[in-house]
Formats: sequence, structure tokens, C-alpha cells
Amino acid sequence: MSGTFVGMPAFPAAAHEAVRDQTLRGNLRHATHTIRAKREKAVAEVADWAQLREAGRRIKDHTLRHLDRYLEQVEEAVTAAGGTVHWAVDADEANRIVTDLVKATGESEVVKVKSMATQEIGLNEALEAEGIRAYETDLAELIVQLGKDRPSHILVPAIHRNRGEIRDIFAREMREWGRPAPDGLTDTPAELAEAARLHLREKFLRAKVGVSGANFMVAETGTLVVVESEGNGRMCLTLPETLISVVGIEKIVPTWRDLEVFLQTLPRSSTAERMNPYTSTWTGTTDGDGPRTFHLVLLDNGRTDTLADEVGRQALRCIRCSACLNVCPVYERAGGHAYGSVYPGPIGAILSPQLRGTASEIDASLPYASSLCGACYEVCPVAIDIPEVLVHLRERVVEGGPVTRAGNKVVLKPAKGHAAERAAMRAARWAFAHPGALRTGQRLASRTRRFHPRTLPGPGRAWSGSRDLPPVPAEPFRDWWQRTHGGKDGAK
Amino acid sequence: MRVALFLTCVNDTLYPDTGRAVVKLLTRLGVEVDFPMAQTCCGQAHYNTGYRREAEPLARHFSDVFGEYEAIVTPSGSCGAMVRELYPRMAARARAEGRGSTLATALAPVVPKTYELTEFLVDVLGVTDVGAYYPHRVTYHPTCHGLRGLGLGDRPRRLLQAVKGLELVELPGADECCGFGGTFALKNADVSAAMGADKVRNAESTGAEVLCAADNSCLMHIGGTMARLRTGMRPVHIAEILAVTEEEPTL
Ligand code: SF4
Repeated sequence: MSGTFVGMPAFPAAAHEAVRDQTLRGNLRHATHTIRAKREKAVAEVADWAQLREAGRRIKDHTLRHLDRYLEQVEEAVTAAGGTVHWAVDADEANRIVTDLVKATGESEVVKVKSMATQEIGLNEALEAEGIRAYETDLAELIVQLGKDRPSHILVPAIHRNRGEIRDIFAREMREWGRPAPDGLTDTPAELAEAARLHLREKFLRAKVGVSGANFMVAETGTLVVVESEGNGRMCLTLPETLISVVGIEKIVPTWRDLEVFLQTLPRSSTAERMNPYTSTWTGTTDGDGPRTFHLVLLDNGRTDTLADEVGRQALRCIRCSACLNVCPVYERAGGHAYGSVYPGPIGAILSPQLRGTASEIDASLPYASSLCGACYEVCPVAIDIPEVLVHLRERVVEGGPVTRAGNKVVLKPAKGHAAERAAMRAARWAFAHPGALRTGQRLASRTRRFHPRTLPGPGRAWSGSRDLPPVPAEPFRDWWQRTHGGKDGAK
Repeated sequence: MRVALFLTCVNDTLYPDTGRAVVKLLTRLGVEVDFPMAQTCCGQAHYNTGYRREAEPLARHFSDVFGEYEAIVTPSGSCGAMVRELYPRMAARARAEGRGSTLATALAPVVPKTYELTEFLVDVLGVTDVGAYYPHRVTYHPTCHGLRGLGLGDRPRRLLQAVKGLELVELPGADECCGFGGTFALKNADVSAAMGADKVRNAESTGAEVLCAADNSCLMHIGGTMARLRTGMRPVHIAEILAVTEEEPTL
């Protein structure tokens, strides 16, 4: 994944600052709560939502089960339609392919449609290293790019910014990248949008190469689909001479009929719209219309490895609607940057440690970045049981186990730094398997209760820093029961 | 009807009053309650922290202790969800890993017999008015595992509404997690505390004297935050409200 995120601290440390940043908390709270309420309404309008959700889940599972077959079908169809298909096993290979393709056109600029896949591989940075400038054209991505910032949300990458901050970024940075912001720019949405429109228009009309991702690939015709709100993506898809689309291999749906399901669930889940304003589809090349050259780069980058995991593979069903982010209480407080990936929030917490492995500090901490409240699972339009995968990945972190990396089966060792916890868990299990021991511990706690400090040392400090502990009662329940009901002591 | 009280290790050790309230309440409703002394812990903390293999023997122990009872009642939404939702999953994984089907066989009978307290009252006993008297202003927090794990729905609210003297006020943002999440509260203490503080502020805005829930783990976190923020509100387990009557106002 993007090199910019390597070396991130573990999630709790990354979240530490965000929790204290009142502006950020305010921006996030306002934005997520607004969209959350709207989504709920948009979903409630659809009488057969549960069936649509189930259909989406099944279509994706079926496609993933036969992914090899559908990928070949895509390649055949795209080639037949005049496009060229490239296979990229990882980020480096994908970046090399795209860079070479751009260089072959002789251009040093590309316009980009908002795309998670190209961010995942750090394409902009790779292009820049080769002297090629990539211009983001999605409004929120533009804000992130101009602000030399990182995206913090799948759908609204600049969700952590408020209007005032955006105005300042436009006024300061636009001239560096092209057409400057108009003098006297205010922070009204209309003025900000107009400044972005003028700035971007110049780019659309000049660019000879466009780079995109895709929301879906329809196997039967080799058609790619981009779903968007602003129409800027459509400009990039149709105006340049060369179009290069980088798409994760899990984006396939078998037929156009399957698309029907997602074109209902995606907009309602993500922007709370009945239908998104722009749905663009493109198939290879067509004489006299759109790009003359079309390249499809099929990106693996850890997806086949993820597919090999029985529990974790459901993460590949994700259609990147971002509904799980908007309902996540942890995301709301920690902000998107704390997840150390272009995939923040609950889906990021299960996707990144699978695509990248759990070796780094940040990836080993992500499965714990959740209280397992289940709100993400409830809203997910393809029914990804995110809590289930989180717990599964926690097990991988603390106990190790078999995983597939780069196509090979390997057995992971437990991650470092969990030895004390593991010992405590084993000890607790032992005590729980011996009710007599548990009872002795309870009695000891009761007898010493006057001496219990209000704040705790060691790991307990994390608790007592912000919460009081309950007092230990004079008598545990089981002693009371035995005293009053004469229950037999079942201690073994 | 004779039921087993699965009190949970947290309640047994820290919240014996909740256990006494359940006994009092069920006895009043004509249910014979037994407390199998060999019971310990359902293994939820182990399982959810990633120690599934450590949780498996605890699940087996649970089925040894509770297997013979007609019904198992627990005053904890999260431990109830552990048994009902996660035990079958645990057994399926054990089988998938080639460790035989004995765990599945052992757990199969206890899973459907396990009820969270409010579920047992409403669904099995068919009562919503349990004859309680509690003259206080109360707000209800539906805990995540009760709400989304077990699907308790409005059962607890219906029970509370039927309590004489009780004024039930709606909690803003009720569905949002309080930030406890077991070991999450320690591993991500900052985020957990921020969630807790928001929950407490919402509760405070209702003007209620008591915040009630069907799970002491969440109440421990919320109550600890309330005490630290000096709100003057009290956390109370729903069983302790339903147990008291006008004639017998104390446990
Ligand atoms: S995991 Fe589900 S809810 Fe989250 S972004 Fe993906 S599809 Fe949407």
C-alpha cells in the first residue's frame, strides 16, 4: 500500500491526538451524524432492502468463488473491445505499468478520477518520482492534494476539514497547481465549488491522459463502471486520448443484471441518494467517441491472499460505500488518519491487516480499533460481518497461525508484545476452569477491599485515568447464595 | 419451571446485588431458580481479545454446568450473546480446523436454552408488568450486544414502562456504543473514554436520576465515567429496578 503510510504508530497512539483535537472531533461528528441520519431515511424507503443486501452478498460471494473464471472473461471481453489488459501482482508492478504507459504517450501530466486503488498503491507519488504530475479532479481529493494532506474518509476524503480551512487551502495553494483561486474568495459552498470548477476545467481541457479506478467491472461485456456525484470523473473518462484504469480484481460482477442490485444499494448507503447523479460506463474503445487507447490494469496487491482466508475473505465484498465509517463511534473520535491507510474506519481495520499483513505496528493494532459494537455490520450493504473478521484477525495477531502471503502458505508467529496478556488470559482460563480458585480470588478481593486504590498501576491505569472503579462488594454472590440457599459448593 | 441462573463472573464478583435481584424477581414470578456453583465465565473476554483456543474449554465447562437445565437465564446481554451467537461459531471453527465435532455436540443443547433476563421475562414467561415499583426518573441505554447481538428490541423498555412510579425518558443517541468493549477500554483508553464521556453527557441531558441497562459491564464503564465527571447520576442494572416492589423496596 501507499508508502506514505509505512511506519505509522499503532492505532491507540495515532488516535491519541485526534481525540483531543476539538475542531477535528467537531467536523467529524457533524459530518458523520448528518449523513448517518440521511442514509437511514434513504434505506427505509426501500421495502426490499434486506433482500437487496442479501442479493449483494451472494453476488459478490459467487464472483469471488469463481474469480479466476470471471477475470479471464473480463480480459477476453476488454481485449475484444479494443482495450489492453495488464496484470499487476503488487503495488510496485502496477505503478511501473502505469508509469510506462504514461511515458509512452510522451505526456508529463495526467488527470485523475477519484480512485481508492491508485491511492492504495501510491500511484501519484510513483508518477511524481518519474516527473509526471497527477491532478486529482474530485473536489474532496483536490482539497486533500492541495492541502498536502492525506485522505481520511473513503467517500469524503476531506471530511476532517471545515469550510474555513478549505477556503484557506484554495486561496493559498491553487496558484501552485494551475489556475489560482479568485481574489476575495469566501467560504460559501457556492464560491468554493466555483473556484474548484474553474481550476479543474483548465486541467480537463488540456489533459491527454486520464487515470481512473472503477466501482465495478461487468464480466460479460468487459465494461467498467464509475459511480460519482460531481461529473468530474466523467470528464476525465471521456476527454483524454488515453485512459488507464487501475482496478482491484475483486470489483467484478458477472452480468449487467447484477449491477442492478448495487446501483440501488451503493448510492443509498454512501451518499444517501436514491440514485447517484453520474454513472459512467466504458467498454474498450469506440471510434470517434472517448479515448482512443484504453488500458486496464488488474490489481492484486494482497487480494488473492485475502481470498484464501475463509473468514477474512468477506472483506473483499466491500463496495466502498463508507456507511460503516459514518456509523462507527471509534472512527468518529479517532479520525481517519489514525488508521494509517487509505481505507480507514471499520473496513480499513479489517482490510489493511489482510492486504498488508499484520507485521507492522499499525497493522497489528488495527484489529483492536473497535469496541465490537456491531454498528458497521448492521449498515453494511453487502453484510460483511466486520466484528467477526476483527476477532479473527485479533487471533492472528496474538496467537499466530496459518496465512497465505504472496501465494504461499506460511504459519505466522504471534506478534510481539502480547506475552503478558497471553499469560494473563491463560491464568484466567485456568482459574475459570477451577471454580475453587475463582472463589478464593473473589474472597481475597472482598477481604482486602478497603485497601484497593482508586487508581491502578500498570495496564489498569488506562482504566482509572478517566473512570472510577466499582467498589468490590463485601461478599461475592456465590457466598451469599451458599449462605442463604445452602447451595452445594461445586468447586472442583 | 426451574431455571439456572448464569450470573457471569463479573456480576458474581463485583455486582452480587444484580444476582440477588434476579433471584428475587424470578422467585416472585413463580420460577424456581438454581445457581449451579460450578459456573465461572463464558469466555467472552478471551474470545473477543483473540484467544479463541482459551475460550473453548470455558465453553465446554459452561455446557457441563448448565446442560441439564430447562432454561438458562443471564442478566448480561453480552454474555448471553456470547453463548447464543458466538458458541455456535466457535464450534464450527473447531470443526473446520479438524478438531472433531465434540465441541459442537456439547454446545448444541445449551445454546437455544440460554436467555437474557428481559428476553426470558417477555418471551418465555410472557410478562411485561412484573409488579415493580420504582419512583424515579430513568433513562435506558440499550447495550450493543443486547441490541444488535441478541436483538432485544423494545423488551427492556416495555418492562420499564410497566413499572409503577417510574418515569422513562428517552436517551439521545441511545444506539451508540458507550465505549466499553471489554479489553477495548484498556487497549484504546482514549477513544473509549471519549465515547463514555459522550454517553454520559447525553444521559445527563435527559435530567434522569438513573441510567439503566441490562449489562453491568457497560454500566461499570458508564458509571465509572459518571462518578469521575461528578454527574450525580446513578447506574442501575434493570434487574435491580424490576426486583423492587412497593411492599419490599429493598433487595
Ligand atoms: S464494509 Fe460495507 S459498509 Fe463498509 S464501506 Fe464496505 S460495503 Fe460499505
